[in-house]
Amino acid sequence: MPKRLDLGSICLIGSGPIVIGQACEFDYAGCQALKVLREDGFRTVVVNSNPATIMTDPGFADRTYLEPLDLEGVTEVLARERPDALLPTMGGQTALNLARELAEAGVLEELSVELIGAPLDVIARAEDRELFRDAVQSVGLRVPQSRIVTSPDDVAGVALPAVVRPAFTLGGHGGGFVETSEQLRRQVERGLAESPIGQVLVEESVRGWDEFELEVVRDRRDNVVIVCSIENIDPMGVHTGDSVTVAPQMTLSDHAYQELRDAAAAVIRAVGVECGGSNIQFARERETGELRVIEMNPRVSRSSALASKATGYPIAKVAAKLAVGYTLDEIPNDLTRTTPASFEPTLDYVVVKFPRFAFEKFPGADRTLGTQMKSVGEAMGIGRTFLEAYLKAQRSRELDVGKSATASPQLSDDVHPWFRSEIERAHVALDRVASIEDLVADDFLRLKRLGISDADLGETCGVTEDEARARRRASGVRPVYRRVDSCAGEVEAASTYFYSTWGEADEAPPAGDKPRVVILGSGPNRIGQGIEFDYCCVHAAQSFRALGYEAVMVNCNPETVSTDYDTSDRLYFEPLDVESVLAICERERPLGVAIQFGGQTPLKLARALEAAGVPILGTPFDAIDLAEDRERFGALLDSLEIACPEWGIAADVDEARAVAERIGYPVLIRPSYVLGGRAMRVCYSADDIGDIERPVLIDRFVESAIEIDVDAVSDGEETYIGAVMQHVEEAGVHSGDSACVLPAPSLGAAADAQIRAIVRRIARALGVVGLLNVQLAVADDGIYVLEANPRASRTVPFASKATGVNLVAAACRLAGGARLGDLGLPAERAPAQVSVKAAVLPFARFPGADPVLGPEMRSTGEVMASAADLPTAFAKAERAAGRPLPTAGTAFLSVRNADKRALVPVAESLAALGFRLLATTGTADALAAAGLAVERVRKVTEAEDGPSVVDLIRRGRCNLVVNTPFGSGARTDGYLIREAALVARVPCITTLSGAAAAVHAIANARTEDSLSLQERIDRETRAA
Amino acid sequence: MTGFLALEDGTVFRGESVAAEGFAVGEAVFTTAMTGYQEVVTDPSFAEQLICFTAPMVGNYGVTEGRSESAGVHARAVLMREARGPAWTDWLHERGVVALSGIDTRSLVLKLREAGAMRAVAATGGSSEEQAVTVAREQQPMSGRALAAEVSTTVPYVYSDVGRARVAVVDYGCKRSILRRLVGAGAAVTVFPHDAAADELLGYDGVLLSNGPGDPEPLVQEIATVRSLLGRVPLLGICLGHQLLALAAGHATYKLPFGHRGANHPVLERATGRVLVTSQNHGFAVAPSDAREATHVSLYDGTVEGLAFPSERAHSVQFHPEAGPGPHDAWPLLERWVEGVAYAEAA
Repeated sequence: MPKRLDLGSICLIGSGPIVIGQACEFDYAGCQALKVLREDGFRTVVVNSNPATIMTDPGFADRTYLEPLDLEGVTEVLARERPDALLPTMGGQTALNLARELAEAGVLEELSVELIGAPLDVIARAEDRELFRDAVQSVGLRVPQSRIVTSPDDVAGVALPAVVRPAFTLGGHGGGFVETSEQLRRQVERGLAESPIGQVLVEESVRGWDEFELEVVRDRRDNVVIVCSIENIDPMGVHTGDSVTVAPQMTLSDHAYQELRDAAAAVIRAVGVECGGSNIQFARERETGELRVIEMNPRVSRSSALASKATGYPIAKVAAKLAVGYTLDEIPNDLTRTTPASFEPTLDYVVVKFPRFAFEKFPGADRTLGTQMKSVGEAMGIGRTFLEAYLKAQRSRELDVGKSATASPQLSDDVHPWFRSEIERAHVALDRVASIEDLVADDFLRLKRLGISDADLGETCGVTEDEARARRRASGVRPVYRRVDSCAGEVEAASTYFYSTWGEADEAPPAGDKPRVVILGSGPNRIGQGIEFDYCCVHAAQSFRALGYEAVMVNCNPETVSTDYDTSDRLYFEPLDVESVLAICERERPLGVAIQFGGQTPLKLARALEAAGVPILGTPFDAIDLAEDRERFGALLDSLEIACPEWGIAADVDEARAVAERIGYPVLIRPSYVLGGRAMRVCYSADDIGDIERPVLIDRFVESAIEIDVDAVSDGEETYIGAVMQHVEEAGVHSGDSACVLPAPSLGAAADAQIRAIVRRIARALGVVGLLNVQLAVADDGIYVLEANPRASRTVPFASKATGVNLVAAACRLAGGARLGDLGLPAERAPAQVSVKAAVLPFARFPGADPVLGPEMRSTGEVMASAADLPTAFAKAERAAGRPLPTAGTAFLSVRNADKRALVPVAESLAALGFRLLATTGTADALAAAGLAVERVRKVTEAEDGPSVVDLIRRGRCNLVVNTPFGSGARTDGYLIREAALVARVPCITTLSGAAAAVHAIANARTEDSLSLQERIDRETRAA
Repeated sequence: MTGFLALEDGTVFRGESVAAEGFAVGEAVFTTAMTGYQEVVTDPSFAEQLICFTAPMVGNYGVTEGRSESAGVHARAVLMREARGPAWTDWLHERGVVALSGIDTRSLVLKLREAGAMRAVAATGGSSEEQAVTVAREQQPMSGRALAAEVSTTVPYVYSDVGRARVAVVDYGCKRSILRRLVGAGAAVTVFPHDAAADELLGYDGVLLSNGPGDPEPLVQEIATVRSLLGRVPLLGICLGHQLLALAAGHATYKLPFGHRGANHPVLERATGRVLVTSQNHGFAVAPSDAREATHVSLYDGTVEGLAFPSERAHSVQFHPEAGPGPHDAWPLLERWVEGVAYAEAA
């Protein structure tokens, strides 16, 4: 059946900010869907609040709305654009939930918008526990038994072992695994006490069963194909997002696999997905083969992105085509072009995915893996054997320390013995290696074929990685590259998607006489380095291709748009380590390597590239070193007569104290060469300094300053200031966690001019060719430069969207040799509209960690909102971040002494708005002294009668919490207050500047029509 | 021990010998099925062939006798990128099969895809590569080879004697999965040798022409038997059986460049417009045809995947509805046939 002709325009909902469980994979899916829908002539409308996505680029859809993904926001867009259909299956759970809300609110019917891809009844059958159970049972399959329990007496007849899950507790607190009826009773009692609604779910336990996922696609003719099987190395009990996973499945016989395949087809039919893809998860008892259907997502997912990258079968693209009426046999296989999508990919390699965690950012948090996902990113490795892929994925995580083979994560006892014995092979092989001199070509080949890296080999032999590599290369052992083609070579494929392996023939060396640019990606998402950098890499690929270069992408993050084989001329799905990148450069012989777009990851490789004589495109290595080496940078600023906070370097505690004494407290302590403020902290006295293991930088901490972020591009001489942004939270809160406003509201014309001049001087002095980000603090006594990064920054996508000037495209042209004057950029000016970027934080995933902002970055994602004025934009951004500001009710205030005076005007505004004010003793005294009516409430630790503040928050009696910390950590009063607010989903503001901005927004936000990004950019351009 | 594969064009792939020592001569072919290695090597259709698995790792889940598609291993040699043992490699060793691991299977596949299936020799130990190439070239090519007699039962036997329909299976190299599916569908099954006479078969409610190795064209006697059965008893052909029915009905067969072997091949069912993902294993095919009796076509190369002669109550499929290994999408085809012949008998 060909495409539907009754549909003219289609609205697609994105997944919003990056959060744990919803990352770049939905940008990848959205981009693919938009691409094919536009090719088919549909008018496309996108709604997504995340500015760092490619899908929200003005060129990707006909209309793009950076609006909050809530009922109100999307309804407004639908009413304005009146699309014929809504495609909710590309934006994760967020989009699916919204589609359901829109349908249930009658919006879709009222506006005559058809839900395509997954109709309402299908969403309900897949998402509703009972409907899903019925659908699964109707085809003779089983889900784990479960029961909702409100009394310990309700548990008779429950199958054991079982899992007890209390409703609405953070991180499943109060739940657990039970094996005996006595344990069951005790756990249920405890769970009921912990659950605010006195309810627990008791579920048959399948912990330790093997876990499989199948990616299924079905069309309206009832054709079903299984795109990929995925086996979880960590069995049931660990969330699949936190598991190491393998494709294709490794341990099932044909008989057992076909049983899963049949079950998957039966489930997708029973649930009724008629034109799209689904992910179906199974638990399988290893010995008996018993099956349980765990869940189904009637949409593209993290796993479908992984499956697409693992097989070369673009599930989102195909699903979008199916949603508009095509059948599978009408859609060509993207890679072979001569055969249809109605087949099942077959792999002649193995793919392994490793999760990337960020527990170091959340001290106090429980690191035990369970059914709630905790990882913040993932890396994928491709190899010709399981072990080769496993070791590649493992080292692609880019952990700070350790060698890959021996730094293996501890495998749980439940892991299938096959995986254990395969992984063991690496250790056995390395144990047999004594000295690098003893190794001959055959030894190197054998070790490399197992997947062992030069770094591992060097470490084992007590030589450097470079020496190990030199030896290996001298013996003639070099990697080769093979194609991912979806069909194991059976059909000729035009694929440009490669991975490396050893001891085989190399496939199709690069052709063409265009100059090549190798773009190094940003690897797995982590806190501090996420989708923003993928945005920059994708734009770099597009820009270099448009300039007549061949763009060659290197990355190992399966979620991303950059690892879509369509994005570049060639994709190398490889670890971003020295060994892999040098080998690719040797094969591609690029004109240059672009290292300024992938965050800190490529910069870490710069020295090795430089040493190997690989040309770096744009800003030279020395400029990077100059900016990163504090001594050199400090000297440079001195010579330019630009101020920076006083600083020093210390190797131990004594030195640190001495430096701090010299420059004066408070000081900021951090290691150099880090992104996202790893291990950064503010110390107010010698007691705060604590342990110091490695040399640290110590800066004077500039208090009461405005923090400014500047993004610019330079050709080495001339510099264009793209955006001057102001942070809402004061210095001391990491820039990545602070809300950010463009144009900077508190900056006078003189300070603005001074900042621009400083940035220009730094750019020229460093010799920046391409992007430059500078962070500054504007204090009463002057302007200080905090740091300069000659690379893409986190704010580049936001700035580009707010101003309409694509800074990455400009940087690519400059790196390619153009002069700034050639670029025809509009005159530098502050945008007419106000845009706000707000951070989204994952505290709810990390019970035990204090949910407070600080110098260590902890946000996973961000949203953007624009409006004619700051309060309106700020309120909308907070809404988009999932923290809608209350307009009435009760505000609870509790601040540290230093903030008490500044709290008064904030409290006055709240009172004037009609808020009832509650405060703990100290804060209440300060407010009462200022003449405000305030009610006192006891702290948890105060033994008085009446409910404590935590009780009130839990009971939903507070609508806003302002709590600035003094001393952080578990079990302090402040911590208990913040945790209660987090659980009760009450906006909790932990800085006074944040509170002031919020109250200003509550008082002054107006209703304003939503405008598309295209309209906004048009306004900016006309205003210019 | 080392080992190598020598192709008739002189190309040599080196690997490690992981099973029996020997010098295996045959046609080098590849299968893209990712599971079911034991089923593949015991499928009689692989007689006289050296089978290369594109699956990256083979042997992961061991062996179990119940998975075998026949009493023995029919593939002459097994070529793998990474063999996992010891159960699988020991099992091959005990059966005297040459098996090589560490072979650059992808390069081999790309070569066979470009140049077509080739005569080859898989050898272990210190054999001479030049000599192996010579031996490969001296082999008779697969075209023109009648192999059914080598793998067929020599005497008729009853596989299952209870059922709602009595079915005769002509064994040209029949897989056990076919018999199991027939029994599962409720048939009483008797198996006959490849050269059974028409008279022996006519008394049954239906006759199934099984899969088997080699070129269908030289099976002149078998084709004549099928021709004489046509219209007199319901017929179902599978794979080689399909080709024999096609030849009996006047279609032509030819050798495919490198065949279809795998578990992911899309076949269009013309009547419904639906696509079946099928298990396939054939080096010869019925030439593309728009004729009405061509019920199924390959979405890879347009070759005929199914034929139907309703007035003669005969039909056939090129793919393997019994799977083993591969998807079960076409299981209903066998069930419907058994149901159909049972119903015809009852009527």
